[in-house]
Amino acid sequence: METVCLNRSDDAFVKAVEDESGQRVSRCYQCGNCTAGCPMSFTFDYSVSRIMRLIQAGQKEQVLSSGAVWLCAGCETCTQRCPNEINVAGVMDACRHIAGRERKFGARAVSAFFKAFMDSVRFNGRSHEVGTMALYMLYTGRVWTDVELAPKILPKGKMPLLPHRIAGRREVAEIISRFKQGLSDPDLVRAGLDAQGKSAKEAVS
Amino acid sequence: MSSINVGYFPGCSGLGTSMEYERSTRAVCRELGIGLREIPDWNCCGSTPAHSTDSALSAALASRVFAQGENAGIGDVITPCPSCLKNLRVALEHMEDPLFSARVEALTERPLKMQHSIRSVLQVMVEDVGTERIRGRVRRSLKGLKVVPYYGCLMTRPEKVMRFDDPENPVALDRLLEALGAEVLPFPLKTDCCGGSFSIPSRKVTPRLAGRILDMAGEVGADLVVVACPLCQMNLDLRQGQIRAGGIDRVLPVPYFTQLMARAFALPEADAAFNKLVEDIEPAFACMQRRAADIEAEERKAAAAEAEKARLAAERAAKAAEKAKDAGPDGAGAKSAGAKKTKGKADAGGGDV
Repeated sequence: METVCLNRSDDAFVKAVEDESGQRVSRCYQCGNCTAGCPMSFTFDYSVSRIMRLIQAGQKEQVLSSGAVWLCAGCETCTQRCPNEINVAGVMDACRHIAGRERKFGARAVSAFFKAFMDSVRFNGRSHEVGTMALYMLYTGRVWTDVELAPKILPKGKMPLLPHRIAGRREVAEIISRFKQGLSDPDLVRAGLDAQGKSAKEAVS
Repeated sequence: MSSINVGYFPGCSGLGTSMEYERSTRAVCRELGIGLREIPDWNCCGSTPAHSTDSALSAALASRVFAQGENAGIGDVITPCPSCLKNLRVALEHMEDPLFSARVEALTERPLKMQHSIRSVLQVMVEDVGTERIRGRVRRSLKGLKVVPYYGCLMTRPEKVMRFDDPENPVALDRLLEALGAEVLPFPLKTDCCGGSFSIPSRKVTPRLAGRILDMAGEVGADLVVVACPLCQMNLDLRQGQIRAGGIDRVLPVPYFTQLMARAFALPEADAAFNKLVEDIEPAFACMQRRAADIEAEERKAAAAEAEKARLAAERAAKAAEKAKDAGPDGAGAKSAGAKKTKGKADAGGGDV
C-alpha cells in the first residue's frame, strides 16, 4: 500500500491550487460522491476524491505527476454533485495548468493531443481536424491512431484536407505567443494595474 | 412572435465533421425566421485543450470572438456546439472580475466594449421560438419514430454557468422532439459523458462510455439517438465500429436534432444532410413509416368504433324520446319523462346483451 507522509505538506502548492481554481479545497470532507459519478475513473491512477485529499495534504508531486489530472474529461458531473459546492472539475483543470507549467505530463498522449490541437489553432486561427490528427501522430509516433475510421469518414466529404485559415490568424498566434511569454501572469498584471492606479492618483493630486 | 436576429458562431467542427449540423441548423433557423449573422473572421474558442492549459488563454480566444462580433455590432450570439458554448460562457463569467479581465486584455490587446451573451441553438429553439410554433411548422410528422434524446455533458452543466433546464434530467430536447411527432422514450443516460476528445488518446474510453449510451438506447427500444453536440455525435456515430469491436453489438443512427427538424419541416434533403451520417438513418425512417401506418390503421379502427358507438347511442336516444312521447302528451312533467328515458336506456343496454 502506498503511504502519504502528512508532515511533509507543501502549503505553497495548496495555495497555488486554490488561487488557480478559486476554490477552497479544505471544504472537501471526502464523501466520495465525485468519484462515484466520475465516468473516467476507470482510467485514473488516483480517483478524483483521492486527488482532492492529496491536494489538501499538500502532496504536490503525487498530484502533478498523476495521470488522473490529465485524463479528467471535464464533464462537470463531480462539480454538479459536490455537496459542498466545490467546483471539482475546476480544481482538476487548475492542477493541469500547474502541471503543464512545471512540464509534468502524467498522461503523455493526452497532453500531446492538446498540444497538437493548440498548434493547429496557432497556425490557422481555427482548429483543423486532419491537421490536428497529423500533428498528434507526429508528436506521439502513434501513426495508426484511428486509421480504420478514414475509409468511413473520407467518402462523406466531412474532413477537408486543407485548413480554413482565417485572415486574423496572426492575431490568434500573437495571443498564444503573449501567453507563452507570461504576459497574463496574475502578479504581473496586478502590478501593472497597481501602477496604473498610482499614476492616476498622482495625476489627480 | 417577431423574427429574431442574432449573432452566430458556427464553431470549427461545423466546417468539418459536423457539417450536417451546420447545414441543418442554418436551414431550420431560416425556416423559423431566425436571422443568423455570422461573426466575421471568427477564430477557434480553444475548446478543451485551451481551458486545460490556462483559463486566461481560453478566455482570450473567446474574447477575440466577441471582439470580432463587436466590429459588426453583434452583442448576442448563439452557437450549435456545447463545447464552444461552455468556453464562451465561462469566459464572459470570469471576465466580470477586473483582474481576470485585465489578464485577458494583456493577451488580446482588444478590450471589449459591448455587453455580450452566448446561448445554444437548442436554447433559442425552446425558449424564444417555443415548441408550439415548431409544432405548427411540421409538415411531415415523425409519428412512429422512437427516439432517445442525448444531451451530453455541457448543454446543462455546470448548472450555475449554463442556467438551462435541469442539469441531470433535462427535458427541452424531449419536448422539441415530441413537437415533431416523435415518440420520446425515457432515457437514463441523457447527460452521461461519451468520453469527449479522449477517444483519440485513449482507445478504451469510447467503447466503454459511448458504448454504454448506445447499448442503453437499444435496450429501451430506440430507433435512433438524437444529439446536440458534434463531439458526442462523432463518438456515437463514427466510432460505432470501435464500439462493436469492444463487444457492444448495436447499430443505431445518430442524427442531430436540427436534421430531424429539417425533415419534419419537409425541407430539401440537402438541408437535412442525412447522407453525411456514417450509420444509415433510412432503415429507421422505413421502420417509422411502417409503425406510423400501423398507428394510423389503429386510429382509423378506433375512430370507426367510436362512430358506431355514437350511432347506437343516437338510435337509443331517439327510441327513448319516442317512448317518452307515447307515454302521454299530457305533460306529466319533465321528471317522469326523465325517468322513462333512463329506463329506456337500461332496456336498450339489456337488449344488446
